[in-house]
Amino acid sequence: MIERPLTGRIRPGAPPPDREAYERTGGYQAMRRALLHMTPEDVVGDVTKSGLRGRGGAGFGTGQKWSFVPKPRAGQRRYLVANADEMEPGTFKDRLLLEGDPHQMVEAVIVSAYALAATDAYIFVRGEYKLAIARLKQAIGEATAAGYLGADILGSGYALSLHLHASAGRYICGEETALLTALEGRRALPRSKPPFPQVSGLWGAPSVVNNVETLCNVPHIVNNGPDWFKGLGIGPDGGTKLYGVSGRVKRPGAWELPIGTPLRKILEDHAGGMQDGYQLRALLPGGASTAFLGADQLDIPMDYGSVEKAGSRLGTGTAIVLDDRACPVGMIRNLEHFFAQESCGWCTPCRDGLPWVERMLQALEEGDGEDEDLHQLERHVGLLGMGRTFCAHAPGAMAPLGSGLQKFRDEFAQHVHQHRCPWPAAGVH
Amino acid sequence: MSTAEILTEQAAERLPDALREEILEIAAHEAHPRAACIEALSRVQHEFRWVSDAHLREVAGLLGMSAADLDGVATYFNLIFRRPVGRRVLLLCDSVSCWLMGRERIDAHLRQRLGIRPGQTTPDGDVTLLPTVCLGHCDHAPALMLGDELHGDVDEQRIDAILGLQPETGE
Repeated sequence: MIERPLTGRIRPGAPPPDREAYERTGGYQAMRRALLHMTPEDVVGDVTKSGLRGRGGAGFGTGQKWSFVPKPRAGQRRYLVANADEMEPGTFKDRLLLEGDPHQMVEAVIVSAYALAATDAYIFVRGEYKLAIARLKQAIGEATAAGYLGADILGSGYALSLHLHASAGRYICGEETALLTALEGRRALPRSKPPFPQVSGLWGAPSVVNNVETLCNVPHIVNNGPDWFKGLGIGPDGGTKLYGVSGRVKRPGAWELPIGTPLRKILEDHAGGMQDGYQLRALLPGGASTAFLGADQLDIPMDYGSVEKAGSRLGTGTAIVLDDRACPVGMIRNLEHFFAQESCGWCTPCRDGLPWVERMLQALEEGDGEDEDLHQLERHVGLLGMGRTFCAHAPGAMAPLGSGLQKFRDEFAQHVHQHRCPWPAAGVH
Repeated sequence: MSTAEILTEQAAERLPDALREEILEIAAHEAHPRAACIEALSRVQHEFRWVSDAHLREVAGLLGMSAADLDGVATYFNLIFRRPVGRRVLLLCDSVSCWLMGRERIDAHLRQRLGIRPGQTTPDGDVTLLPTVCLGHCDHAPALMLGDELHGDVDEQRIDAILGLQPETGE
């Protein structure tokens, strides 16, 4: 029996558990345990020992991230933000957690905020997630009525205000410093680091931003201990992971599995393999900003280190499958259109480079590409790479392009030499 | 009077007092009033479908921002509309999973059935068609949103039903 702490209460198609139903199945026990029997340092200690790493894409150690927050000062505001701005193309895991078990999100925020001695917390959710917003509002209302939010929670002396922020649609808000800028009512441009948000974040106050799935693990770590959490994973990482697959597979979807589950098992056992008449060509293992893996790389375990060793990143853990009947150049053009559009425009390489990349790919698709374009595309992979731009947006955009140029060298060349896209209209059968 | 003219006329009016009060109330709960600006613009849009110059200036005044400052924020975000839109806004996902699952066909069908291109509104003011980034519904691609409702696994027939369009006669 596989343990599924994060999704155990979720019944697809059914309304989420209300506060009473959530509590009947052990909900809000971690809050009681933490606030009444543990110090904030105890909670941070357990999270650090568990080895929990960020589930939003970067994979940074959660305990380590929390350890950079300075000691609380009397009268100073401190913030915890749940990053629910899930906009990475091909990613649909946090929505399931928010819609399926909103009280788990609320409890996760309370316990984590307590650990950080935060005075205020935000759930920053993308504006398109209407159902998640409605269900979170309901859950926050129920939790407030029960005395789990507000002043002196459970008589512990700890107070927390939780705010729900519905954003208005911009991918870059998923970047933690851009998210904080958006919360201040400004154009959501990323900020330079240092200073890190833990020291100077929202309105200059200590702030921590964590992904939804990351935070949802915290109550379970508090309830069951760090060793239990470590034991859930198959390889070096601890816990479970929400893996997903989209594209031409028989059963697209998301599943909570031990972290480190082999990619082949996810694709074949859970997603049911490819649809009849379609062959697997390659895939992006963890969202739009991860590098392609080939069909010959399916035996890698989906943990942080193994995917990196294979030349990509675990990212969000939701894979996008490229089949043999869709044009790889067309797919990359679609990805780069997204990144060009969502560039915040602050730094020149990203603002001007990404549209250029998109135009070159468009030209290839329309039969106007030249050999020189391929060379230029390769140059851009370097020019927009890590360290050349203000934030990780453009380097993320270069991951599928750089790996695609290597893996689909023949297909790129065909576009040039045949003066057309060899696939039918729109690049998809 | 066309729909656009009616919308433009309404958008020149002062915001209702109740809405002004609401905006001031939200701003009072924030560390700084400008933090309320996205919520304020969203509420104006909820009432008027879009944010006109007059309303933008008024919200800026309520939050102690310059109109240019607030416009910089408003135009930054995909879901704040600074031009009139139809009674219903259809957001059709144009990201990668939907592309792989044939969203170009859906796009072509919508253009043909509605007689407009993305970014335009039908002449009767009913539907505005807009492309949107990944809606997080990739396991049910292709996906779209009509108003607040998310729809997945859409094909030509389902789209006609969702929009309440008469079936094509085949002529």
